[in-house]
Amino acid sequence: MTRPAAMAGAARTTAPVVVRSGELSKGGRRHLLSVAELGAEGIEEILEVSDAFVEVGRRSIPKVPSLRGRTVVTLFAEQSTRTRLSFETAAKRLSADVLSFSVDTSSVKKGESLRDTVETVAAMGVDAFVVRHTSAGAPAAVARWVDASVVNAGDGWHEHPTQALLDCYTIRQVLAERSGRPSQGAGVGCFVGLRVAIVGDVRHSRVARSLVLALGALGAEVTLVAPGSLLPPSLEGWPVTKVSYDLDAVLPHVDVCYLLRLQSERGAGAFLPSVREYSAWYGLTSRRAALLGDGALVMHPGPMNRGVEIADDVAALPQSLVLRQVSNGVAVRMAVLFMLLGQVGSGGAAPDLAPTLAPTPGTVPGA
Amino acid sequence: MVDASGERVADVVVRGGLVAEVGPDLAVPRGATVLEADGCLVSPGLVDLHTHLRQPGAEDSETVETGARAAALGGFTAVVAMPNTDPPVDSAAVALEVLALGEGAMCRVAVAGAITMGRAGERLAPMGELASLGVRLFTDDGTGVQDGAVMRRALEYARGFDVTLAQHCEDEALARGGHMHEGEWSSRLGVPGIPAEAEEMMVARDIALTRLTGGRMHFLHLSTARSAALVAAAKAEGLAVTAEVTPHHLTLTHAELAGYDPVFKVNPPLRVQADVAALRAACGDGTLDAVATDHAPHAPERKDDTLDAAPPGMLGLQTALPVVLGALCGSAGNGAGGDGGGRHAAPRHGAPAMTRAAVLGLLSWRPARIAGLARDQGGDQGGPIEPGAPGNICVIDPAATWEVDPVRLASRSRNTPWAGRAMTGQVRHTLFRGEPVVVDAEAQR
Repeated sequence: MTRPAAMAGAARTTAPVVVRSGELSKGGRRHLLSVAELGAEGIEEILEVSDAFVEVGRRSIPKVPSLRGRTVVTLFAEQSTRTRLSFETAAKRLSADVLSFSVDTSSVKKGESLRDTVETVAAMGVDAFVVRHTSAGAPAAVARWVDASVVNAGDGWHEHPTQALLDCYTIRQVLAERSGRPSQGAGVGCFVGLRVAIVGDVRHSRVARSLVLALGALGAEVTLVAPGSLLPPSLEGWPVTKVSYDLDAVLPHVDVCYLLRLQSERGAGAFLPSVREYSAWYGLTSRRAALLGDGALVMHPGPMNRGVEIADDVAALPQSLVLRQVSNGVAVRMAVLFMLLGQVGSGGAAPDLAPTLAPTPGTVPGA
Repeated sequence: MVDASGERVADVVVRGGLVAEVGPDLAVPRGATVLEADGCLVSPGLVDLHTHLRQPGAEDSETVETGARAAALGGFTAVVAMPNTDPPVDSAAVALEVLALGEGAMCRVAVAGAITMGRAGERLAPMGELASLGVRLFTDDGTGVQDGAVMRRALEYARGFDVTLAQHCEDEALARGGHMHEGEWSSRLGVPGIPAEAEEMMVARDIALTRLTGGRMHFLHLSTARSAALVAAAKAEGLAVTAEVTPHHLTLTHAELAGYDPVFKVNPPLRVQADVAALRAACGDGTLDAVATDHAPHAPERKDDTLDAAPPGMLGLQTALPVVLGALCGSAGNGAGGDGGGRHAAPRHGAPAMTRAAVLGLLSWRPARIAGLARDQGGDQGGPIEPGAPGNICVIDPAATWEVDPVRLASRSRNTPWAGRAMTGQVRHTLFRGEPVVVDAEAQR
C-alpha cells in the first residue's frame, strides 16, 4: 500500500515523498478482507490518508486523477444502496473506471457459479473487486480465485471493514474538532480508553464484528449491549470489555453509543418476541438519550429503523453523527482504494492529488 | 505381521486367494510373485465402515470403481457404502445395483441400507428384504432419524434380523443452517454454527432408546468429548453400542476454517482441541471401536464455492492410515498428528500412545465385526492372518514419506484436507482375495 506524502498542493512543492508499505501489503497482500489484518498501525494509516481525501471532497471539483486507467468493479450480490454508491463515488473521484455488477441482472441467476462469474469479469481486465455478498467469506473466496485486489464491502455476518474505518474516522474527526485541533496528524490516541457501547443485534452484524476489532485494536473500551439471543455464541478472542443486558445502566457511562440496525425478521419471534419488545428494552428513545452524558455521541451505520433502534427525534439530535458517517464514507473508501491500487499507477510516488482540471502544475489552489 | 493375535515376524504365502502358509523364513514357491515387506507391517486388510461412493446419482463425484481403487490404495480390502445415494438404498433394487457394481471392484463393497424410506425419517425401509441380500448395517447417514418414536420402532423391528442400526447423530432443530462448529471461530467468522449439543442430544437419546428396546446401535463419526463420554457410560452399563471416529476428527479443529476454505467444511464439523484430545483418549481406552473415513467426495465445481454454499465432506480413504498412525501412535512424524508441530498438529494432552496393533485393530478387525464381515460372522475380513484365511492383506511401510497431491488421488474428486501435506506411513501393497491389487503404492488395475 502506498501512503501519500502530505496534503494536496504541499506534496507538489516542498514535502518529501514518503512511500512505505502498510499492513495491508505485508506478505504481498493486496486485499482488505478484515479489520483483523490491519492492526492499530494499519488503521491509523488509513485514517491519515482519509484526511487527505476529506480535503479533496471539500473542493469545488472533488476529483483527482490518482487511479486514472484503473478499473474497479463493484460486485454486489446483496441489496445495498449507500455502500455501493459510496464505493462508486469514491472510485470515480479517483478517476478510476467503474463497472457495476449486481447479481439480480447477472448470469449468476442463469446457473453460472460465482467462481465462473468472477473469473469472467476478471478476464476483462479488472484491478479491484469491491464485493458485497450474503455469504461470510465470499470476498476471501474471490481473492482466492482472481489476481485483482479485493475489498470486502460486507460479507454475511462476518465483517464490513470500511464501515468500521469510516466510523473510527468520524469519531476521531469529531473529537479533534472539539479539542480545537485539526484532524490531520491527530493520531489515534483519542481512542485509548474511549468508552463505546455497541447496542443491538451483534450476533448477525458484520458492522459490529469489524467495529469491535477496530476499536479494540485502538485501545477503546467496548461494551456490548444486547438481549442474550442476539449476542454471538462465543466472545472468545473479542476485544470486548463488558457485556450488558441493561442499556439504561450503560448509557450514563459511555462516550459513544453505537446503535446497530435490527433486521425486521429477527423480531418475528425466533430471536425476539417482537420488534416492539426489542424497542422497549434496547431502543434509544428520547428518555434514554437523556441518560447519556454531556457530549456523548450517537452513531448508526444506517439504514435506520426509526422508532425501533433509534427514535426519530434522537436521530435529529446534534450529537447524532449519522449523516457525517455517510459523507466520511466516501473519503475513507477513496483512501482504501488508493492505498490498494495506487502503488503501481503512481509509480511508487505520492498520490496525484492535483485537481483533474488544474490548469498547470504548481498553480493548485491552496498550494 | 500384525493382527488381532499380536505382532510377530513372519512370511506369508498366499495361494488361490487364501493364505496358505505363515511362518518365519518360508521358502518361495516356484513361480510365485514376491512382494517385499522388509520393515513393513503386514496386516489384515483395512475395513472402512463409512464410505460414500456416490453411485448411483453423483457419478461426477465418485463411482464404485474409483472409490474402491482409492480404498485399495489406502490399504482397505472392504468398504461399507453409505446409502445416501440418489436414489437412496431403501429398496432391494438399488442395493442389488450397488452390489453388482462392486463385483469387479478392487475391494469388497458392502452396502448399508437406509433406516427409513427416502431417508426421510418417517416410514421404515424394508430391512428384512435388504438383510436377506446381506445388508448388515442400516443408517440414514447424512441426517439422523429425528423422530424418537420412529427410531424406537426401527430398533425394535431390527432385532429380528441380526443387523445393526447406525446413527448420524445430529438434532436438526439445533443444527439447521449451520456450516461449522459453533464456538470461537464461528462467532469470529460470522458463520452460523452447529453446537456440539446437536450431536450429544441425539447420542443421549439413542442410548436411551437402545436401553428401551434392547437393540444394537452404532454411532457414526462422533466428534465431541461428551459424545465419547456418553458412549463410555453406555458401555459400562452393558448396552450393545459401538462407535466410530474419523481421522479428521482425531487431528483437525475448527481453526482450520479461519480462511473460509470449504475443503474443511464437514459434517459433523471439526470441533475444538479438547474434543480432539478426548477422542484420541477414547480410542486408547476402548470407548471408540473403529476409525472410519467418512470418505465424502464432492466434485470441485460444487465444493469450491462460498463456505455456506459448498457441500460438507472430505476425502479420506487414501490418507486415513498415515493420519491415524500419526495421531494415535505418536510415532509418525507427519503433520497429521503426534507432537511433531505444524499447523495441524495437536498436543496429545497426556493420552498414552497406542500400539500399532491396537491402531490397526481400529482400522481392520474391529470395524470388520461391526460391519458383520468378520470370518466367524460368515465374512472374509479382519484376519487373523493364518492358513486357510482369505487373502485380504495390506502391507504398510510405517517409515515411508510421501506428499498428498490431490490430482494424483484415485478419487474422482479432489477435496482432501491434506493437500500438499507430508505424510509418514504408506500402504505399500494390498492383496484382495489373494490378488495384488496394489504393489509398491501403485494400483495394478
